[in-house]
Amino acid sequence: MTAITRDEVAHLARLSRLALDESELDTLAAQLGDILTAVAKVQEVAQGDIPPSSHALPLTNVFRPDEAQPCLTPEQALSGAPAVEEQRFRVPRILGEEE
Amino acid sequence: MSDIVSLSAADLGAAIKAGEISAQEATTAYLDRIEAVDGDVNAFLHVRRETALEQARAVDARRAAGEEQGPLAGVPVAHKDVFTTKDMPTTAASKILEGWQPPYDATVTARLREAGLVILGKTNMDEFAMGSSTENSAYQVTRNPWDTDRIPGGSSGGSSAAVAAFEAPLATGTDTGGSIRQPAAVCGLVGAKPTYGGSSRYGVIAFASSLDTPGPFARNVLDAALLQEAFSGHDPRDSTSIDAPVPPIVEAARRGDIDGLRVGVVKELDSDGFQAGVRQRFHESLELLESLGAKIVEVSCPSFDAALSAYYLIAPSECSSNLARFDAMRYGLRVGDDGTRSAEEVMSLTRAQGFGPEVKRRIMLGTYALSSGYYDAYYGSAQQVRTLIKRDFDAAFENVDVLVSPTTPTTAFPIGERAEDPMAMYLADLCTIPSNLAGNAALSVPCGLAPEDGLPVGLQIMAPPLADDRTYRVAAAVERALTDRDGALIARSPYAVNG
Repeated sequence: MTAITRDEVAHLARLSRLALDESELDTLAAQLGDILTAVAKVQEVAQGDIPPSSHALPLTNVFRPDEAQPCLTPEQALSGAPAVEEQRFRVPRILGEEE
Repeated sequence: MSDIVSLSAADLGAAIKAGEISAQEATTAYLDRIEAVDGDVNAFLHVRRETALEQARAVDARRAAGEEQGPLAGVPVAHKDVFTTKDMPTTAASKILEGWQPPYDATVTARLREAGLVILGKTNMDEFAMGSSTENSAYQVTRNPWDTDRIPGGSSGGSSAAVAAFEAPLATGTDTGGSIRQPAAVCGLVGAKPTYGGSSRYGVIAFASSLDTPGPFARNVLDAALLQEAFSGHDPRDSTSIDAPVPPIVEAARRGDIDGLRVGVVKELDSDGFQAGVRQRFHESLELLESLGAKIVEVSCPSFDAALSAYYLIAPSECSSNLARFDAMRYGLRVGDDGTRSAEEVMSLTRAQGFGPEVKRRIMLGTYALSSGYYDAYYGSAQQVRTLIKRDFDAAFENVDVLVSPTTPTTAFPIGERAEDPMAMYLADLCTIPSNLAGNAALSVPCGLAPEDGLPVGLQIMAPPLADDRTYRVAAAVERALTDRDGALIARSPYAVNG
């Protein structure tokens, strides 16, 4: 049984940039514990020096010629932006007050 | 109207080519059909009548001008709402993308437009393709046309429901752990997961990039092959696209001969725990294949027992990284930007409000599996299991041409039954996941109705990478034999339209 504490869940939520409420933290603590217990099966099977596969295809880097191609106009690129100013994405402050 | 919507996509395309039916008539018939039944089924998130008719008129004009067009020109199609469309919203059924209008087309969308297919609309799905029932949509619950109290499968459940209810002759989907094959199976349709890299991911909103595979839904094998062929092939915009010819799937769907074919039955994907009627139809399919000249052998793939566990570490890990792009800065929802909050606070509030419970669960799970201290034990071990699964497939395909299993352990389950139990929901993908982890071709074809509930059962056929044509050969053979026996395709839900 993999137990996962409420504090760990809160830490994961911060790492995941999810402002979860109290009841979500409680629910997820129980559910993540259950899921991790179930999927821990991989540790029984994956023993020894089996190489990991991150991918199904034996691909390495794929290159293309460095040639200019048509791309989105500024208007198109900004068309879904929540806020725009002077042909740029307007975002909330990214530094803390004290910095 | 009923005459047009009862036609197969191949026949409709031929009638349009011959000038017997116009693309505009075909499109109108399907738009009317959607209007008539989608209130019951809830398959569509967006339908754009005018845009569709405009595309249809263009096809008719090209035909009138004597231009040579493909076999599906003028045939309508529904797209899963995960493919970007430059003339229709794309939301992945998430509130975080509500109303988002992409500035570009996915490669699949663009290629089907070029082939003259008419986009009817965008179909419902589990949010960001995470789920097996389409209940995780932030917008609506889609119903299975066979029994509207049951799920249509997922995550591409809007596409499967639309095709099964004759609201579209063809639809696209994406399959990350079974999200085409499972909904196809429970709606009595043909659904294929092409070889990974055989269909482009460009413009597909990413869930788990090493697994996501666009593929077709249709009511018969030939239609599925025609649709898959129309969007397949190398795409320089997708770095994992395979630069190789499209396998001869249309020819395979037409031939359907399996004499001498070696068929392996995967021992680990046929359990006592499966629904009795599913197993019964599966075993009858094996007898059928044998009677058609195939050689049936039992095959063991021991690592498949850990496939589900590996998948539920690998897919959430990749999703936690992919969904980091929803940061409330460049597009989509932004919450709490009141001038006092920092970008990070706005980001966290937006993501908490914009993502549904399953998406949050998987992001959290992936973040855990990738954190330092747990990485080796969880993500690392899962990647090792992935190697073992590929080895099992490689070993099996040394002795057999295709592998088969039931597509799903049960028929369509009731809406709400597994909504509160993530692990029970995940089991729906037990048989489909190994092919995503290994990247090989796989397809689900209807093989009968379960005696206990009268609901469709799917036969899964798996073939080596780039041997997609073998899955179509077997599927066509099964379809032909069952149609000869029953006098009709299995894909006839109570919402079926008779010609």
